[in-house]
Amino acid sequence: MLIITCPWCGARPEVEFRYGGEAHIARPADPSALTDQEWADFLYNRTNPKGLHAERWRHIHGCGRYFNALRDTVSDFFVTTYKAGEPRPDIDASSGGNP
Amino acid sequence: MTNRFRTASGGRIDRAAPLSFRFDGQTYSGFAGDTLASALIANGVHLIGRSFKYHRPRGFLSAGSDEPNALVNVARDAARAAPNLRATQVELHEGLKAQSQNRWPSLSFDAGAVNDLASPFLPSGFYYKTFMWPAGAWKRFYEPKIRAMAGLGVAPELPDPDRYTQNHAHCDVLVVGAGPAGLAAALAAAESGAKVILCDEQAELGGSLLSEISATIEGQKATDWLAATLANLAGRDNVTLLPRTTAFGYFPHNLIALAERVTDHLATPGTALPRERLWQVRAREVVIAAGALERPLVFPDNDRPGVLLADSARTYANRYGAKVGERAVIFTACDAGYRAALDLKAAGVTISAIADLRAEVSGELPARALAAGIDVRPSTVLVGAKGRLRVSSAQLAKVKNGAVGPTETIACDSVLMSGGFTPSVHLFSQSRGKLVWDGAAGAYLPGTSVERERSAGACRGVHGLQRVLEDGYAQGEAAAKASRDHASPARGATPAPATPSRAFAANAEDLGSAGFIGATPHGRNPALAKAFVDWQNDVTSKDILLATREGMRSIEHVKRYTTTGMATDQGKTSNMNTLGIVSEALDTPVPKIGLTTFRPPFTPTTFGIFAGAARGDVFDPLRKTAIHDWAAEHGAAFEDVGNWKRAHYFPRAGEGGRMEDMHAAVARECKAVRASVGMFDASTLGKIEIVGPDAAEFMNRMYTNAWAKLEPGRLRYGVMLREDGFVMDDGVVGRMAADRFHVTTTTGGAPRVLAHMEDYLQTEWPDLDVWLTSTTEQWSVIAVQGPKAREVIAPLIEGIDLSKEAFPHMCVREGTILGVPTRLFSVSFTGELGFEINVPSTYGRAVWEAVYAAGERFGITPYGTETMHVLRAEKGYIIVGQETDGTATPDDANLGWAVGKAKKDFVGKRSLARDAMSAPDRRQLVGLKTTDPKVVLEEGAQIVADPSAPVPVPMLGFVTSSYHSAVLGRSIALAMVKGGRARIGQKLMVPMPTHAIEVEVVEPVFYDPKGERLNG
Repeated sequence: MLIITCPWCGARPEVEFRYGGEAHIARPADPSALTDQEWADFLYNRTNPKGLHAERWRHIHGCGRYFNALRDTVSDFFVTTYKAGEPRPDIDASSGGNP
Repeated sequence: MTNRFRTASGGRIDRAAPLSFRFDGQTYSGFAGDTLASALIANGVHLIGRSFKYHRPRGFLSAGSDEPNALVNVARDAARAAPNLRATQVELHEGLKAQSQNRWPSLSFDAGAVNDLASPFLPSGFYYKTFMWPAGAWKRFYEPKIRAMAGLGVAPELPDPDRYTQNHAHCDVLVVGAGPAGLAAALAAAESGAKVILCDEQAELGGSLLSEISATIEGQKATDWLAATLANLAGRDNVTLLPRTTAFGYFPHNLIALAERVTDHLATPGTALPRERLWQVRAREVVIAAGALERPLVFPDNDRPGVLLADSARTYANRYGAKVGERAVIFTACDAGYRAALDLKAAGVTISAIADLRAEVSGELPARALAAGIDVRPSTVLVGAKGRLRVSSAQLAKVKNGAVGPTETIACDSVLMSGGFTPSVHLFSQSRGKLVWDGAAGAYLPGTSVERERSAGACRGVHGLQRVLEDGYAQGEAAAKASRDHASPARGATPAPATPSRAFAANAEDLGSAGFIGATPHGRNPALAKAFVDWQNDVTSKDILLATREGMRSIEHVKRYTTTGMATDQGKTSNMNTLGIVSEALDTPVPKIGLTTFRPPFTPTTFGIFAGAARGDVFDPLRKTAIHDWAAEHGAAFEDVGNWKRAHYFPRAGEGGRMEDMHAAVARECKAVRASVGMFDASTLGKIEIVGPDAAEFMNRMYTNAWAKLEPGRLRYGVMLREDGFVMDDGVVGRMAADRFHVTTTTGGAPRVLAHMEDYLQTEWPDLDVWLTSTTEQWSVIAVQGPKAREVIAPLIEGIDLSKEAFPHMCVREGTILGVPTRLFSVSFTGELGFEINVPSTYGRAVWEAVYAAGERFGITPYGTETMHVLRAEKGYIIVGQETDGTATPDDANLGWAVGKAKKDFVGKRSLARDAMSAPDRRQLVGLKTTDPKVVLEEGAQIVADPSAPVPVPMLGFVTSSYHSAVLGRSIALAMVKGGRARIGQKLMVPMPTHAIEVEVVEPVFYDPKGERLNG
């Protein structure tokens, strides 16, 4: 079981968290201005990378906060976590993933 | 019964403590300290089981957890019975009862052995080829027959009465394995002050030292050093010693699962202790000191009872004082055969010959064997062995330039083999560390680590007692230091060979890393010779060659095709020899063949240990409302709704004192609500308090409805969509103040809805000043429904004007009931005049009882969820999740009226604008009336226009809700039907297995379509 570092609470076991899908996909400010295709992209299309993936997690059995994480989908290890609203850290896959 | 094969003295058994036990109904004796295996061997018993596929007689192969053959059922009683235990790990206790498995009618005469004669027809992969015809016969005939024939133990039929517990533990250094490397590692870590856990799967800590009779450490006998070291460790507060504890799984971030067997070794376990304990250890650093497993040699007839691994025979003699036989022939590819020969000879076993696969035989151990007068034959192989239930002779032959010479038969009652040692890299591999092939060692060794662990001793290819101790100490010291620094990145770093930080003086034979992998040459007809690679799954070298001939190249394919390595022993004794055979057959070096993945558990683990306390009533959390006990006292039948127990209906004694069934109770309850008044516990509804200056704006964005103009004191039915436009939840919302909403959700949807709201609030609109609080369990909700509802509650309420004019339908008022603060809703899920009394749940039962008493003069009737369902279906009120299935838009569910069309945006709005979401042939909510009013449709039944249309019959929809309505005197149903609203008035059919039922599509409101009864 992974240890995940909540930016608010610190390191906690994986069972306290819930995955929330890919991060940095902002809901359009005016959805009605989007074409069907643009809206479908927002709703359904995700990057699904091999390697670093920016994703949302919620410390659901803790502080309840959503935060963002960079996780290496190859090793499954988290490289870093950061608060919602902060930009994606400039980290490449080879530099992290320490257990 | 005498222990004919017991040595005169020695061993770690307690000869002053004889024990009586039974195997297959026969009584034997052994001693405290014996395993079931060692005690049977001391009694001369080697026939212990039948093989999985061919039902060949089998004996003990090893003395440890790698044992593939000796699987037994150990039973204290009918419920306390454990199948498939390795007799080599079962500690003997007084009165132990064990049974062999996989044989009928008896172990010595097994009818299934006919499979052995039929073996030419049962090659690997035979089930993929043979049982293809006729279609359907596999499921009906072949599979059940094969399962009955080829199976291992039988699970007990009674529930397990034992207790299993689960511990969480943290430590600086976890050391797995208490052999010399692990002991030294634990010592080093403990001396540096680290918090240490040392576990070992055996009853006694010590590993290979327990089998030593001549080795010395620091000038002491090895066993004396062991005792002193264990006393040293046990005396430290920072050390936890866990014998009988298998590290069976290595999980991410150094979470190691340990299975501790607490009471299996006790004659009378008592009730104070659990049978087993699961330890979930989060270790800062791990030292794996798992040792090495001796490899068998793959030669014909190597599975006869009495053919054992040489070092295991040595362990039986030295540690347990049990001789594997009177006369042994040894077949070896390394010095382990000589060490075993010398120790067994000392124990009184005649060594008839040592056949050594190697041409050059030199070194200290062979020299000592020759000096002891043992017949040593280099360049010699075993090409067969005779003896069906026990080996009676071995056939030896010289090998020259790959050619096998004439055979010589030597009588014996045991054959000991050694192909060298395979480092136990299971846990390292489970930790996802990368294994590397070491050509010099002829083994896969731990390479790059992923987790914060390091291997020590034989499991990483170190050999020689002194070097093993020094490596263990150095790795333990390094682990302790890393745990203090807490900075050493494990990933990408291969632990450098530790330099000895402490020198150990040790004197013991060094076996080196010599050995052999693959199958030895035998020169016999390959179609008839059975040289076993995997004993437990009955895989021979011939099977593996067949797999390569049939095109398997990857070891993963060979494994799955032949099932080698797939038994409960996970190929501990077979993996390397399989690789060797494939490597030779394909003329490809071993590292190019690959290696199969090691997966948890290291050895089979009970289900009980995973279940722990989570069984029976505490398997899952149970939620009860404040009114639950009242309902139980009044005879309610309950149903599970999520984790909630909800009153389903309240049966009463009917005519002749017989209790009503559900149908009668629900009919009575429905009529009472429509005619007078009923009460219902709606406390399980989800409730969320939404507060803040931006609360109305937030509600506007989350729900389809418009909220800005809803005045405080009013209720509104709200519909929530997912962003994809489909109905997610619904519920009545009360505006308590300009900045405060009392939101209700479906019973099952409460957590999902709150999470959905939190998601948008935290991540999309963090600028909104709103707070969300779950209040589901803070409020009890008592629904009082029916024409007399107002009269029932009026005398109890203070501070609220209940008049029709002042408190119309869909309002909320705050006041008190019996002095208890309440939020009183005028709301109805029945179509009748209704109120929902929200009170703090601590007062829930008291208020419920007061309402019940006040309603007695009107015959107030408590009703359950079934009546609630019927009453709402009569009114065409949907239940999200019953009428909707995650693909229904508000319009599909007749809720188009609840969508605020003028709103610029809300969650799901943009999706509703897609053309497909308003296509006229979408499934829409309608009512169905069967032509025969007595027929009640089945929920989930399909609806078609013409059941005799050619297959596939076009499906128009399905029944979502169906009941008998006592009030209407007929059946009613709700359904989702393609273009349903346009079909109102049409006749459709509901096909059933035997006939089709005619229905008429109608408006979904069956009762009081104008809604006049809502206002009382």
